[in-house]
Amino acid sequence: MAILKTEGLTYIYGTGTPFEKKALDNVNVEIQSGEIAGIIGHTGSGKSTLVQHFNGLLRPSSGKVYFNGEDIWKDKKVPHDLRFEIGLVFQYPEYQIFEETVFKDIAYGPKNMKLDEKSVDERVRQTAQMLQIPDSMLSRSPFELSGGQKRRVAIAGVMAMRPKVLILDEPTAGLDPRGRDTILGLIKNYNRETGCTVLIVSHSMEDMARFADKLLVMNKSRLFCYDEVSAVFSKADEISDMGLSVPQITRVFNSLKKSGYDLGEEIYTVKYAAKKVLEYLNKEGDLS
Amino acid sequence: MSEENIVTAENVRFSYPDIRNELKKTPEVLKGVSIDIHSGEFTAVLGHNGSGKSTFARLINAILVPSSGTVYVSGMDTKDDENLFAIRQKAGMVFQNPDNQLVATIVEEDVAFGLENLGVEYTEMRKRVDDALKSVNMYEYRNHSPHQLSGGQKQRVAIAGVIAMRPQCIILDEPTAMLDPSGRREVINTIKKLNREYGITVILITHYMEEAAQADRVVVMDNGSVVLDDTPEIVFSNVELLKKLGLDVPQVTELVYELNKAGLNLDKHIITEQQCIDALTILLKGR
Repeated sequence: MAILKTEGLTYIYGTGTPFEKKALDNVNVEIQSGEIAGIIGHTGSGKSTLVQHFNGLLRPSSGKVYFNGEDIWKDKKVPHDLRFEIGLVFQYPEYQIFEETVFKDIAYGPKNMKLDEKSVDERVRQTAQMLQIPDSMLSRSPFELSGGQKRRVAIAGVMAMRPKVLILDEPTAGLDPRGRDTILGLIKNYNRETGCTVLIVSHSMEDMARFADKLLVMNKSRLFCYDEVSAVFSKADEISDMGLSVPQITRVFNSLKKSGYDLGEEIYTVKYAAKKVLEYLNKEGDLS
Repeated sequence: MSEENIVTAENVRFSYPDIRNELKKTPEVLKGVSIDIHSGEFTAVLGHNGSGKSTFARLINAILVPSSGTVYVSGMDTKDDENLFAIRQKAGMVFQNPDNQLVATIVEEDVAFGLENLGVEYTEMRKRVDDALKSVNMYEYRNHSPHQLSGGQKQRVAIAGVIAMRPQCIILDEPTAMLDPSGRREVINTIKKLNREYGITVILITHYMEEAAQADRVVVMDNGSVVLDDTPEIVFSNVELLKKLGLDVPQVTELVYELNKAGLNLDKHIITEQQCIDALTILLKGR
């Protein structure tokens, strides 16, 4: 079943003012439970507006948002626990850390859920472990940590609420390649261990090619497509026209294909590309 | 020190003061860096977070001064307070977050900010602001408010503000980290144009290997020291070392590395898409 679903979702900023702008235009999408989906689109395409509708931070101008089959706006206000069920990690979340210790910062969400002290303690330690935050760090001030560590603490704070859907807005912005792979790897493990649905807003096609199951592409306030990674990258020309880019390796093999060397579709990671080249060489070698 | 070096660092060491105790020092961030940046060169600096590259950038335009060793900008010692304004004018800096660098409510006023502080007279200022905005292709936005611009456009306005000061050298600390792919392309093309057409020396700190591949020279820093310093072709051919340092190589370079590991014999100095396409075409044709 779809865990999140939108129907004719439309959102207009500044209605009735000279700055009126349609930020979302008739978006219909169904996100299946347990997936990792990358949300891609140029700046101003509506990605952030869309994810803010998923947890009820914004109310649609028209259309509906369903969580687990329930219209989240069926009452005047969204249900109180929706924010626990759909966790949103903003860009540069480390700037939102405010508690005295790492433990307290991670515990903030679970405490707000009115869990008893023992469960809070358990949640914090479990989550810290999943994000490779050592026990010894829990009693330290978060402000003494490095940027990458702080970011993990901030993400842990949202994961500790055990949301059914975890939405992260550019979780790797500003990190170096190793920091980036670490964070994405930990998020993927979390998805595998808990079965939680994960949505990642990202500008990096290379990262999403390696980590996401599906891609949701926004273009000019509309949904361009929501599909398997390979199907999306097969539309390389359209993607480039939108101001986005496909991975470098995909561009190379698309170009080879145009000059008559078709090594198959769906080449978007280096390992797979290498395998395809070797197969092509061997196969032809066997025939001759 | 030769005339054509815009920046010379001689055995530079640096550690930040301890925030709790000013007399104490924290561990060294730079451990004896010596480097010459030649006038007109486009240098990319790579290194994982904490490797010392941003600290090094801040030493070049005298936001920080070395704990020991010396940094010269156009022959001026950055430790000498009297050189401060001259150095900042020679070596301008652009930071990561476009929103933190724009101060005025109108684009052209923002670009004029530095010139106003220098007391440049009006007609000259008008000319420099217009030239700077044209050089980053933002002239038609001169009367816009910065908040109406995209991230890439804001970053180009920030670059124009530095260019208007007519610097010889521009240092950019991860200027594309917060931008989307098209914003990234805009900024990199602008940087390349300033370097090629205007002869401005560029020092670009980045985590994007495809950007570094477009430089004349790549410097790799690790743990406060320079570990590699050469053309991008040669630097990126050290795939294993770079991975060990927590860095990447361009995808095409990695592909060549993987194929060579499997027994093929491709040129390991491939760093661009076109080089890779050409090499693979020959390989596939010759099978």
